[in-house]
Amino acid sequence: MAKAATRPWPPLGALCSRLLTPALACLTVVLLAGCGAPPWNNPYPEGQAGENILYGAFTERPKHLDPVRSYSSNEYSFIAQIYEPPLQYHFLKRPYTLVPLTAEAVPEPTHLDADGNPLPADADPERIAVTEYLVRIQPGIRYQPHPAFAQDADGRYRYHDLSPAQIAGLNELSDLPETGSRELTAEDYVYQIKRLAVPWLHSPIAGLMGEHILGFEAFSERIREAAPEPVGGERPFFDLRRYDFPGVEVVDRYSYKVRIDGRYPQFVYWLAMPFFAPMPWEAEALTSQPGMADNNITLDWYPVGTGPFMLTENNPNLRMVLARNPNFHGETYPAEGMPGDREAGLLEAAGEPLPFIDRAVYSLEKESIPYWNKFLQGYYDTSGISSDAFDQAVKFDAAGEAGLTADMREKGIQLSTAVQTSIWYMGFNMEDDVVGGDSERARLLRQAISIAVDFGEFISIFANGRGVQGQGPLPPGIFGHREGEAGINPYVFDWEHGRPQRKPIEEARALLAQAGYRDGRDPETGRPLSIYYEAMDAGPDGKARLNWMRKQFAKLGIELIVRATDYNRFQEKMREGTGQVFMWGWNADYPDPENFFFLLYGPNRKIDGGENAANYSNPELDRLFERMKNMPDGPERQAVIDRMTEIVRHDTPWSFGFYPESFSLHHQWVENVKPNLMANNTLKYLSLEPGIREDKRAAWNPPVLWPIAAVVLVLVLGALPAIVIARRRERSAAL
Amino acid sequence: MSAYIVRRLLYAIPILIGVNLITFVLFFVVNSPDDMARMQLGDKRVTEEAIQAWKADHGYDRPLLFNAEAEGLGALTDTIFFQKSVKLFALNFGTSDSGRDIGYDIRQRMWPSLAIALPVLLVGLAINISYALMIVFFRATYIDVGSVVLLVAMMSISGLFYIISGQFLIGKLFHLVPISGYDIGLEAFKFLILPVIVGVVSGIGTGTRLYRTFFLEEINRDYVRTARAKGLRERIVLFRHVLKNALIPILTGVVAVLPLLFMGALITESFFGIPGLGSYTIDAINRQDFSIVRAMVFLGSVLYILGLILTDISYTMVDPRVRLS
Repeated sequence: MAKAATRPWPPLGALCSRLLTPALACLTVVLLAGCGAPPWNNPYPEGQAGENILYGAFTERPKHLDPVRSYSSNEYSFIAQIYEPPLQYHFLKRPYTLVPLTAEAVPEPTHLDADGNPLPADADPERIAVTEYLVRIQPGIRYQPHPAFAQDADGRYRYHDLSPAQIAGLNELSDLPETGSRELTAEDYVYQIKRLAVPWLHSPIAGLMGEHILGFEAFSERIREAAPEPVGGERPFFDLRRYDFPGVEVVDRYSYKVRIDGRYPQFVYWLAMPFFAPMPWEAEALTSQPGMADNNITLDWYPVGTGPFMLTENNPNLRMVLARNPNFHGETYPAEGMPGDREAGLLEAAGEPLPFIDRAVYSLEKESIPYWNKFLQGYYDTSGISSDAFDQAVKFDAAGEAGLTADMREKGIQLSTAVQTSIWYMGFNMEDDVVGGDSERARLLRQAISIAVDFGEFISIFANGRGVQGQGPLPPGIFGHREGEAGINPYVFDWEHGRPQRKPIEEARALLAQAGYRDGRDPETGRPLSIYYEAMDAGPDGKARLNWMRKQFAKLGIELIVRATDYNRFQEKMREGTGQVFMWGWNADYPDPENFFFLLYGPNRKIDGGENAANYSNPELDRLFERMKNMPDGPERQAVIDRMTEIVRHDTPWSFGFYPESFSLHHQWVENVKPNLMANNTLKYLSLEPGIREDKRAAWNPPVLWPIAAVVLVLVLGALPAIVIARRRERSAAL
Repeated sequence: MSAYIVRRLLYAIPILIGVNLITFVLFFVVNSPDDMARMQLGDKRVTEEAIQAWKADHGYDRPLLFNAEAEGLGALTDTIFFQKSVKLFALNFGTSDSGRDIGYDIRQRMWPSLAIALPVLLVGLAINISYALMIVFFRATYIDVGSVVLLVAMMSISGLFYIISGQFLIGKLFHLVPISGYDIGLEAFKFLILPVIVGVVSGIGTGTRLYRTFFLEEINRDYVRTARAKGLRERIVLFRHVLKNALIPILTGVVAVLPLLFMGALITESFFGIPGLGSYTIDAINRQDFSIVRAMVFLGSVLYILGLILTDISYTMVDPRVRLS
């Protein structure tokens, strides 16, 4: 047999060992080079070790960072650290209390009659034509360094008149290297209020402010007519300083007035929201140059403020970094708090200058599993608790009090809980023929359903116990909410053994029978009453919830037909008033009962374009609402709220589901943690012990190398029989 | 060949129009311009006027596909479909509904996608080919049977399982690499190890099985029999003859997916927090940002067509018998 004319091949075993050894060496080098010094799983650069940096995560990219548009909590967690409205909520005091931020004091309203004459504080509301707020801001507050303020030697703005070629070369704001700053003035606040009226900025509160700020809507119309048309999709700079309207006025360099049409006592709360933060015209002049928006340089991407932090890296697909603003004015940690705050160590930093941390690095973490694991490894300083991780982190004692599991305590992790100023409710469409209207029959049906749907069970099953059963429209922490026996909904609960107890299902059945639906049967057809439930739980996760809801109605013999859809269609049905029963929620804008009762105010019905999704209307409630919203907190207001609550409980347009409870965890090296559900600018109060964090990270994350050796060993052991067989074959082939 | 390429490129135009039309119809069956406006403006306190203003500002105030009020050609051109689609053919993706330059975002985000996809492709190819060759070498033995069972099992497991297991074992238990995240420059390396391992391991089942089939097909051919008859060792037959010929379908298959590497991996990027084009697309769908969705679908179609043309060209290169006409 002719021998093949080939190059001689080495024996298979030698070939394997010749390849395997360098491969293993390469793997080891690569692993060591890639991972650096232990801990190898540290996701942050080694250079940051020991630095005073807070590490957190965000799960969703913020849509807007322009305070004129931003209106969601994930956006506020960034911009509230940067922009400073005149007021803020006291970090420690409860109930939530407004205190000055850049203002010298919380402004007191001045009431004027139709002729502009001042009225006394207790003037007849009918005589009040205008309410005026005079806001005085503190002098000496300066903006963060920003290219919009950079000037040349002649005082001309360095970047306000860039050529198209220069703009074409820009990709980020940092491509403009020179920065400047200037003092905050009252004009900046007025400028921002005018921006709220600018039609093309689409402020979500423009409609609301149009109802309250004097001349706001007319001003908006004037702007629409006077503004230049967009060029290539971009609107040239439109200097709002040249246009005035009666609703706002610059009084002097440090004072401005806001005039409200009639009365709107809740307006002062809006002054604590970023909508009313200052905006320097220079920033808008810079970013409105043609081509800037095309290059992603907009106010929606690059905020500019006077707050304790500034956004130094905005890559919401990866990371957002807040760094200490070098020009921040000297705010100090509060010296007063609530009983127990001193014992909890929350007043130890009293009087010390803010902020305490140098930087805050927030990484994008879309999935809850890696987020949670990285928190346990010490790479995030704070975390919420997802449903998946709840049992691992929290346990409830016999009294129902939440506490940490032994594993969490061992790690020194601490738990903070707070009932949110929110409500989830089951709404009945009052326009519906069966469940709606003010007939006795429909009311009894609604009350029966309210008893049958056990939200205590819902909280336990679907919210891991994180919630408090609702007794009325006002959650705890809002003026008017009553605790204890006086606060229970007597149509749904009894007070037993010192706690509210849901009425037995027999009472619900009895109410149903009174309504004419004996055993849940429709007297006209003799078949079980069918009720349609509009659900936004169209996905597989919602199936368990919907099944649970069906069972609640089945207790009464009612057949619940679920119409599951997506959120868009759900909203559409609500707007058109075609739903029958649904669940929805509300998160307070500000801690005032008006912000909840307006959801039940007749003129605010959803089918008329408002937020009253149940389309509920009760003339007495509407009258009391009009009165209550203009009253100061006190016994008189409490009495009105009590009556309103009673009306709503009796009419039952809502079954008051539950007030969600927020649970959050933080590591032992994070200090000054107190949940504040109204304030968004709390980052400045947090302090850290980076040394402890470094030690714990090292202790918790030692690289475990034996698995690498085990994998190699398995591969080698697995290869040996193969080598043996191969050799045998080669030998046999050679025969 | 140039005539062939030009013809294929011309064929691509109606395909792209069709893809664009289907994307448009599917998107707007689920979302209306009003829904998009509400998504951008938020849930709270949004007035009808604000919605109409947003639609007008973003060009969604026109009819979707046919403008009955316009005259002549305007009935087709003064529509959302035409206005939003025509620039795509010049690869001008415009701005997203939230105001970002889509082209810039794509240029930024394709690198992280490539940083994962390329190593996964190359390392995966090397491992899959080696493993497939080994199985073929030991065909009809326990190693062959055992490997096929293992590969079928690996194919049957969800990709998500590999991701979660990888994060749990390598990141959480063994503390060898970060569980998730990404960084720029060399710092990115430590974040890529785990997704690349997961990508490679999850692809072994499918890849090796496929390549094993290619090799087995070749190994029964006459030229292999001839090589064996010449007395060549089995190893040499495999490496020198079988591998070379089986590489033709392997390489042409790889060429087809090369352009698509830019598009990223949807789930992997999401779980590992990689800011690539896969997560860009998912985010856009979640945010109902039609401008990004249509841009990404269009880009994907263009790249796919490009991949198919490259495949045809590569056939002519690796197999001289093939001629494009």
